[in-house]
Amino acid sequence: MTHNTISSLDRVLTTLSHKEPDRVPFFLLLTMHGAKELGMSIKDYFSKAENVAKGQLQMRGKYGHDCLYAFFYAPVEVEAFGAEVIYIDDGPPNSGTPLIRDPEKIQGLTPPDVGHSKCLRKVLEAISMMKKKIGDEAPIIGVAMSPFSLPVMQMGFDRYIEIIYERPDLFSRLMKVNQDFCISWSNAQLKAGATAICYFDPVSSSGIVPPELYLKTGFQVARKTLSQIQGPTATHFASERCLPIIKDVARTGTAIVGVSASEDLGQIKTACKESHLTVLGNLNGIEMRRWSSDDTERIVKEAIAQAGPGGGFILSDNHGEIPWQVPDEVLLNLSEAVRSWGRYPLTWVEKRV
Amino acid sequence: MTKDMITPFETALLSLDRLKASELLGATSGTWSAMEQLKYMVVPALDRIGAGWETGQIALTQVYMAGRICEELVEKILPREAPERKNQPKMAITVLQDYHLLGKRIVLSALRASGYELLDYGRMDVNELVRKTLEDQIELLFISTLMLPSALQVTSVKGKLEQSKSPVRIAVGGAPFRLDETLWKSVGADAVGLDASDAIALIDKLSGVLP
Repeated sequence: MTHNTISSLDRVLTTLSHKEPDRVPFFLLLTMHGAKELGMSIKDYFSKAENVAKGQLQMRGKYGHDCLYAFFYAPVEVEAFGAEVIYIDDGPPNSGTPLIRDPEKIQGLTPPDVGHSKCLRKVLEAISMMKKKIGDEAPIIGVAMSPFSLPVMQMGFDRYIEIIYERPDLFSRLMKVNQDFCISWSNAQLKAGATAICYFDPVSSSGIVPPELYLKTGFQVARKTLSQIQGPTATHFASERCLPIIKDVARTGTAIVGVSASEDLGQIKTACKESHLTVLGNLNGIEMRRWSSDDTERIVKEAIAQAGPGGGFILSDNHGEIPWQVPDEVLLNLSEAVRSWGRYPLTWVEKRV
Repeated sequence: MTKDMITPFETALLSLDRLKASELLGATSGTWSAMEQLKYMVVPALDRIGAGWETGQIALTQVYMAGRICEELVEKILPREAPERKNQPKMAITVLQDYHLLGKRIVLSALRASGYELLDYGRMDVNELVRKTLEDQIELLFISTLMLPSALQVTSVKGKLEQSKSPVRIAVGGAPFRLDETLWKSVGADAVGLDASDAIALIDKLSGVLP
């Protein structure tokens, strides 16, 4: 296979094995931009599986990135539990008033049936449609919230922190319910055609819980959950820091770690390489909305220089969702910059050193 | 003596040892007034914890629990209706548009534990916030956001309040403002706070006590 004919999937698999493919793979983790592409509102866009499948394929055609992203919106899982979802015109659908207002209700909480949930079935249909079109050309990334992070949307962050510290009985029960759900939801996405699952776990980040508490909570939950997901996983910290816990994250069985723009990408790469993890990140999505073409080129070059050599790196944003406010022009510039500066071997990086 | 007292108090807060924290604060009651206990023990400890979070040494859950414990302790020695409480300038705090309330809760706890009293508006949309701010004649408004679209809505709040000739100053905080250091200016805020202890300093700064 020549460098010109390598598929996105092979490019990604090569970097995962810490070897250099033809160029640095890049994931544009776009969700709402699909609505712009199809000329409809965000709410209408997410109302039908075919919109999302079409939007994802169309955006990959436009920007040439290396994945399709089956993520609809963060609260789709709590919607399956019965919570409300609030749509706005210029941002991601948001979770509304938390479902669990009285923590004692956790005792009676049961996981939703994935096969009977309308909102989850819609995601599965979109994955199947994408798979039919894309085959093995590019990976389809499914998404699941970590059982340890989902409670922020289920009950509100303040109440959740209180039960982590003060109600081990309720915490344990909630983790059991969420684990059962996360495993069946993840495996359903893999069965529908997803290549891998992005396991969003911001609450495990070192900025949110102390590393010693992570080892007793988020780490244990991740290790048990990921071992029962029947496919590869990427753990994403959604802009939060993870450098102090990288070695432990590797022990959960994940293959990729989504890292923050707040941490040094070079240090992250070194730590991940030692643990045989691939780095996903870490472009600042909030700042991205105002990047000039020069900014974009400089920032992409810097990220590639820090984390590209030797493979084990996928360029992406640092949050797992590019804001609606990021213009198409920036995304096109980004794509161009990866093609210009991400081609292996990275001789310009070696010369720079 | 003060310095020696702060470290064990901070340690008790970080290890969620309410009893120890209460004992340490109580031990100073014979020497200090309630406001002095806040000034010399509670505020410096919360400052250190906030700074520890900024440098990555302390996690957000610890910041939240420490603030909550302090709020409970201070409520006992200086109830909300106590005349010594600092309720000037007239202040309010809100989460704009989105439903992520933790940041607001942390700032509210820190301010109350530091002897300030302010109105808690909960979560509000732009028009509701403008109406309440005018109605209550708020002079300093804290706005917390987690999502970028909510942060961008501060522009509308500012514009509508200016149109109504309100003298209110707006201080913003939350993830989008940490990830983009220029954002607070571009939405027209008067100041940004990166952690709860910044909020205390902002009160002095924006109310003109400090130059």
